[in-house]
Amino acid sequence: MPEAIFHIRNLDVRFRTNQGDVHAVKSVSLSIGPGETLAIVGESGSGKSQTMLASLGLIASNGSVTGSARLTGHELVGLGEAPLNTIRGRRVTMIFQEPMTSLDPLFTIGQQIVSVIRRHRDIGKAEARKEAIAALERVRIPDAARRIDAYPHEMSGGQRQRVMIAMALANKPDLLVADEPTTALDVTIQAEILDLLAELQREMGMAIAFITHDLGIVRRIARRVVVMRRGEVVEQGPVAEVFGNPRHPYTRMLLDAEPKGLKAPAPADSPVLIEARDVKVHFPIRTGLLSRVTNVVKAVDGVSITLRRGETVGIVGESGSGKSTLGRAIMRMIPATGSISFEDRALLPLDKAAMRPLRRQIQLVFQDPYGSLSPRMTVGEIIAEGLLVHEPHLSAAERDRRAAEALNEVQLDAALRNRFPHEFSGGQRQRIAIARAMILKPRVVILDEPTSALDRSIQKAIVELLRDLQQKHGLSYLFISHDLAIVRAMSDRILVMKDGRVVEEGETVPLIRAPREAYTQRLLAAAAEIGLDRS
Amino acid sequence: MTEPSATVMQGRSLWADARDRLRRNRAAMTSLIVLGIITLACLLGPALTGHPYDRVYPDYVKVAASVTAHPTPDKIVPAIERVASRLRAKAEDIRVEGDIARLKLVAPRAIDERSLAFFERSDLFHAAKVLAREDEGKVMRIEVPIQRLHFWFGTDGNGRDLFTRTLIAGRVSLAIGLLATFVAILIGVTYGAVAGYVGGRTDTLMMRAVDVLYSLPFIFFVIMLVVFFGRNFVLMFLAVGAVEWLDMARIVRGQTLSLKRREFVQAADALGVGPGGILARHIIPNTLGPVVVYTTLLVPKVILLESFLSFLGLGVQEPMTSWGVLISDGARNIQGASYLLIFPAIFLTTTLFCLNFIGDGLRDALDPRDR
Repeated sequence: MPEAIFHIRNLDVRFRTNQGDVHAVKSVSLSIGPGETLAIVGESGSGKSQTMLASLGLIASNGSVTGSARLTGHELVGLGEAPLNTIRGRRVTMIFQEPMTSLDPLFTIGQQIVSVIRRHRDIGKAEARKEAIAALERVRIPDAARRIDAYPHEMSGGQRQRVMIAMALANKPDLLVADEPTTALDVTIQAEILDLLAELQREMGMAIAFITHDLGIVRRIARRVVVMRRGEVVEQGPVAEVFGNPRHPYTRMLLDAEPKGLKAPAPADSPVLIEARDVKVHFPIRTGLLSRVTNVVKAVDGVSITLRRGETVGIVGESGSGKSTLGRAIMRMIPATGSISFEDRALLPLDKAAMRPLRRQIQLVFQDPYGSLSPRMTVGEIIAEGLLVHEPHLSAAERDRRAAEALNEVQLDAALRNRFPHEFSGGQRQRIAIARAMILKPRVVILDEPTSALDRSIQKAIVELLRDLQQKHGLSYLFISHDLAIVRAMSDRILVMKDGRVVEEGETVPLIRAPREAYTQRLLAAAAEIGLDRS
Repeated sequence: MTEPSATVMQGRSLWADARDRLRRNRAAMTSLIVLGIITLACLLGPALTGHPYDRVYPDYVKVAASVTAHPTPDKIVPAIERVASRLRAKAEDIRVEGDIARLKLVAPRAIDERSLAFFERSDLFHAAKVLAREDEGKVMRIEVPIQRLHFWFGTDGNGRDLFTRTLIAGRVSLAIGLLATFVAILIGVTYGAVAGYVGGRTDTLMMRAVDVLYSLPFIFFVIMLVVFFGRNFVLMFLAVGAVEWLDMARIVRGQTLSLKRREFVQAADALGVGPGGILARHIIPNTLGPVVVYTTLLVPKVILLESFLSFLGLGVQEPMTSWGVLISDGARNIQGASYLLIFPAIFLTTTLFCLNFIGDGLRDALDPRDR
């Protein structure tokens, strides 16, 4: 192995908190060779980001770092802010997960790139601008000379991530730290960004430390991988070796975490629960003094959907395709036109108050397990709230008993119900959200990306839980997701949506094996590249 | 683990976290303690100082602040001579021993024993006792106990103890601050939450009404209310509270607008919870952080407002007093008796400082970025 350019030895990171010390990174050692891509994988809380951030001196004020991190022989741990700042942004640069918030909305992208260049190199404005344009061209931003004066909000998520990469590479660093740079992006764009990074690495020869939770991505871009768990490195080595022949049970568990199996089909003669015909959700855009309608955003444009008892219909699409809007329209949470009926009862003519009693039949589980639970209520109160509304005659003790039951049903300890949501992990919170929906014994549950914010192994457990609950209670699911692997494991039928319309619809297995529409093919191809098994 | 499992299972609410963070904030904790001491002093102090707040000591007008007891030794003899001359007698052979003065009264005619009450009427002495009469009552040996009084902060222009009055004033100022703030919160939170949550035209109408109230000249408005409600200060500060809720309504409305888009509110909506339930269980508890902070800043604002109104002569009425009244009184006497200004001002500014520090501390403690 050639001389490593970045070398971490026995790195420890500790945080002082109210609840005592947290040992976030425990004696981690790893090294990255020049021009090499090292993947650091692990689930949330494994310390994979903290290892890299701490070694670059980017750590919260209550943290402390010991050990050694050397960049081409220079020790970084214990270095002051000023010398670190001459290294960060010049020799080592970073890109982050969230392209929407990593750029300053008040400055053009050109200004931001130029300031990074001039911060580290003594060159004139005009020259820096030329370099910035070159950097944008390098990341394949079309018409870079003009786009350089665009503001971040004028660019899409994928383009912003490209700008972030351009900015990170503008000073030709030795090492690029990429912290989940594609997690927030759609699959097709994710594939493009990964391709771009690989190309740029060939061109410029920098080393990449790629932090991710997605094993598909690791397989695709990295030669060597470090697997982390609870702050410790459990396994490292060449990707083919580690993934082909995992030695540590945790690595095996991660590799095995892809949701497997298919849903048992619902009986063919089961009754129709939800029948939606030609649903349209249009948002008028009003401008001017008289607020005249100047344009209409067609979020959902003529979608029909039938959901039978015991059936799961998966709705797939990229961001902006209108899949979540459709789910909310069916729940009557946003105004829609067309016709929606639940068990032969038309929903659209009902007003808010008349809709309320029906709400216990149709429940909703949200994507974000952090935002969907009220932070100032205990878990027990959150779960039992539906009962307060729909069964007001129940005593407090009875409600509490039912909440405990519901927690047991989602495999959480019922004794935890006096705690508050922020004390739970993402997966546990999603179980709480599911318990809140299930306590009312609904007929239909609309699941809006219920697993997207979770780690793979937890996704798998949630998928299994949802399938069990469906079996047990004869539930019908409307499963909204961008993740084809999970949709396949959950649904009987799949609807593919694009720009508010359904482009393809069909039984799960045939649709994934042989998609007819070009868009579906693209979606599946992109997903396959990062590890979807299409058999 | 010997700890009972019940306590282990009890959750740590966000409030508990905030409390711990506040405990670590030294400035805020010191302020809390100081404010507690001031409050306690204002509540209990007036009963312990030994002076009723409206008691006038004509002999001690504008006595400077001091820790020594009054009357001072050099004042005793002239005071005795003054009383004696009222009795149409001459004081001779005056000897002061501790708290008792012995003397001989000499008069051209017999001295009426009842006229010895002049001693008691003075603020310096208790009732005089006759030891012996000589020369058919024209000469009288008497013993006069000296009344020892403490005026820690001095006395005002009417000869009232400033210490007692400062504490009494604190009661009034703090009560007014809390009362008006309570009214402001009650109206502001409800109004803002309803406007923000209902939204649409209702929101526009409600907030335009707030804007109209904002545009009224504030002092003019308060003066009008004072005239309208008469000089009853409880009513008056309910009225001040009824003006001060405008900021609170705006803050709470802004919070509500962002909260209403949060998923947990949508989740409650999807669950079928009505607007009342959503407001009471989801919106209002989550706005309380900023509300608590704003409250601690509003209390000093109201106290200052009261001071200002009292300064104008529209506030509390004599003999009742408030810090504002005392300070305005002190300001008039700043040249001759600056202590009249200094002591109430120390109390007021300390309280305001404390409340502001507590507000700052609470804002830091409740800041969601730290979670």
